[in-house]
Amino acid sequence: MTSLEEVRRRVEMDAESRGYKLNPDSYFLNDLLEGLRTNEERYGYPSCPCRYATGIFDLDKDIICPCDYRDIDVEEFGACYCGLFVSKEVYEGKKKLQPVPERRPSKLIERALSGRTTKEPAHEVKKEERVMEAIDGMKFWYCKQCGYVAFREEPPYICPICKAKREAFAEIYLSVFAKG
Amino acid sequence: MKIQKVPGNNKKHKVFVYALSTCAWCKKTKQFLKDKDVEYEYVDVDLLSKEDLEKVKAEITSRGVPLQFPLIIIDDKVMITGFREDQINGALA
Repeated sequence: MTSLEEVRRRVEMDAESRGYKLNPDSYFLNDLLEGLRTNEERYGYPSCPCRYATGIFDLDKDIICPCDYRDIDVEEFGACYCGLFVSKEVYEGKKKLQPVPERRPSKLIERALSGRTTKEPAHEVKKEERVMEAIDGMKFWYCKQCGYVAFREEPPYICPICKAKREAFAEIYLSVFAKG
Repeated sequence: MKIQKVPGNNKKHKVFVYALSTCAWCKKTKQFLKDKDVEYEYVDVDLLSKEDLEKVKAEITSRGVPLQFPLIIIDDKVMITGFREDQINGALA
């Protein structure tokens, strides 16, 4: 079982390495950390406490903390969707923390809520099929600035390595040759 | 479906909250209503059975609002997504 302190240490380290702060409201922060811990126990990974997760990794991977939307949301709104990571301005009280609009595409939210609600009995084969569906449509994207590669349906909003904008990403086309 | 009722003396409006048990904004919303002594009902969507989840999804979608939490429904007509204090206050006035 992951302890609350472990969860806290992990996000603290991540915030520090990225130049972010954690939410200055200690009660609110505690609730978020508890939520992360609950999700980690429930699903095996710390998905966003403020979003509905399915427990199927491929349907949830974009909302595993730190989520795919964090960097751009902190840049634009001063906080990520759940409010765990905040900018220096929000941390110092120079900017008020407001609910951050959901950036996760609605088709992914829809898919997540359907993924778990299929009326047919959820046996292993079905789960596999759903995972394959989720992988379908995924592409390789590379950052033309630093070379970072992401395997996602859409390119990242901001390169997590060099902070280049989405426009810096280009798709990698793969082809396989068989010889002999 | 496991709908929780939180008693309060202010029964002027019918207030319903779709929430997630892990969500800090949802918790803030529940506390906000409690502090205002507003009677309300809520359901934690992440704790629902598959059948109930399907119902909730259909219900939210049929209202034409995004599948995000918290979703606060006041008097069956005002729908507020997210803990937006001003909007909630306005609708409860």
